[in-house]
Amino acid sequence: MANRYSLWSLIKNGLKHHESWQPAWKSPQPKKNYDVIIVGGGGHGLATAYYLAKEHGIKNVAVLEKGYLGGGNTARNTTIIRSNYLWDEAAHLYEHGLKLWEGLSQDLNFNVMFSQRGVMNVGHTLQDMRDIERRANANLLNGVDAVVMTPQEIKDMVPLIDISNRTRYPIMGASFQPRGGVARHDAVAWGFARGASELGVDIIEQCEVTGLIIEGGRIKGVNTSRGDIMADRVGCVAAGNSSVLAKMAGLRLPLESHPLQAFVSESMKPCIDTVVMSNAVHGYVSQSDKGELVIGAGIDSYTGYGQRGSPHVIEHTAAAIIEMFPSFSRVRMNRQWGGIVDVSPDACPIISKTRIKGLYFNCGWGTGGFKATPGSGNVFAHTIAHDDPHPLNRAFSLDRFATGHLIDEHGAAAVAH
Amino acid sequence: MLIITCPHCQEAREEEEFSYAGEAYIARPPVPEEADDATWGDYVFHRKNPRGWHWEQWQHVAGCRKVFAVKRHTVSYEIAGSWTLADGKALYLEEQA
Repeated sequence: MANRYSLWSLIKNGLKHHESWQPAWKSPQPKKNYDVIIVGGGGHGLATAYYLAKEHGIKNVAVLEKGYLGGGNTARNTTIIRSNYLWDEAAHLYEHGLKLWEGLSQDLNFNVMFSQRGVMNVGHTLQDMRDIERRANANLLNGVDAVVMTPQEIKDMVPLIDISNRTRYPIMGASFQPRGGVARHDAVAWGFARGASELGVDIIEQCEVTGLIIEGGRIKGVNTSRGDIMADRVGCVAAGNSSVLAKMAGLRLPLESHPLQAFVSESMKPCIDTVVMSNAVHGYVSQSDKGELVIGAGIDSYTGYGQRGSPHVIEHTAAAIIEMFPSFSRVRMNRQWGGIVDVSPDACPIISKTRIKGLYFNCGWGTGGFKATPGSGNVFAHTIAHDDPHPLNRAFSLDRFATGHLIDEHGAAAVAH
Repeated sequence: MLIITCPHCQEAREEEEFSYAGEAYIARPPVPEEADDATWGDYVFHRKNPRGWHWEQWQHVAGCRKVFAVKRHTVSYEIAGSWTLADGKALYLEEQA
């Protein structure tokens, strides 16, 4: 029985010198058979397993993770959460996620440190401002909160930002989503793992999927580094490695995998209490609860699985941040990470059945998957449980790349790709 | 930082001089009017995206501006070589056969 976290349990365990806490999730040996196998123990995979058990009563589930939980992109991203997308389909999907974020700590009984400090998208040209106004209006029509700000309003909220017209790309305004914010990414993985494990899901780390067992157009199970494991339904949620998994099933996906970098500065006094993003100069920054600046930028242009990024991309990002915040020019950077993201042609995810019966893919989140973690898991669990998409992810199926019904969200993706 | 040799200029330069131009030698359906939506969608959007050796196109944007083929490993980023599109195609087809 897992711990129930509360003030009372803190006092009780404190009196026992904190030696009686139980592990947050179990580490069982894999069974021979499951109802559903989830390939990929990142945030989206763990959330899928959690909602399969919680909302659909499917508890005989295994999550297979080749590394360890929170060792990949889940805990190495810039943690930004927002739902200010332009098109109805995307706005509804991300807003579904944002609403789940708002109750997630209570639902999981695990503090994911979701902080609704707001997300600001800065505009530097007249065209930027027209796009921002269009997107803010589209957001309001979809029930997503949005405000358009003047440079002075930006300066009042973020005093360190340079709104003068002496810069190369002067700041002309911004859109702001007050309900957006950040969360503690490790806690999201741990919280979903704990919640799923408590409901009976087997979380199996250090278990790499090496093949898919397919007979007569149906999925039967997976080959892994810890032996074959059988299941009639398999959901693949492997981000950058989705194309590799698809190839095991003889499928091709409309994806390209690219390295995406983020970096983190030394800790400083609180100096920025929202998230500032710029599509034009191309960088985004927020400050973590530890006081570090968390900075991200674009992907390397070429495909790669190398989990490291190009130095010139760091230079480009640093230049963008200093363009907006000249006083950050002497801040030292502590660490950097390059993760592999799976980029789709329309900057929107693919949450879909495939032509192999019982095989599902949730991929193509590109540079912006973290914000969707609970929403993605929630609708993907529905898709697997019912063998039919949730109304919110019906438009995100694979066949849109044959019908041409793309959901072009490059403008709202905040990262050029 | 990748060091890429432009087969037209015969010079090895840093990757910032170049622009990545996607997977190389994607076969266009011979009669587009007769291709069904799935075939056309596959041609336009679907990619090999392999974990391993990859034939790709680069453009020497800050140099001769010509496009050429590179064979690069997507995990180690090792470059096996670069060729003009025509020379590379012969090697590519030989590998595929």
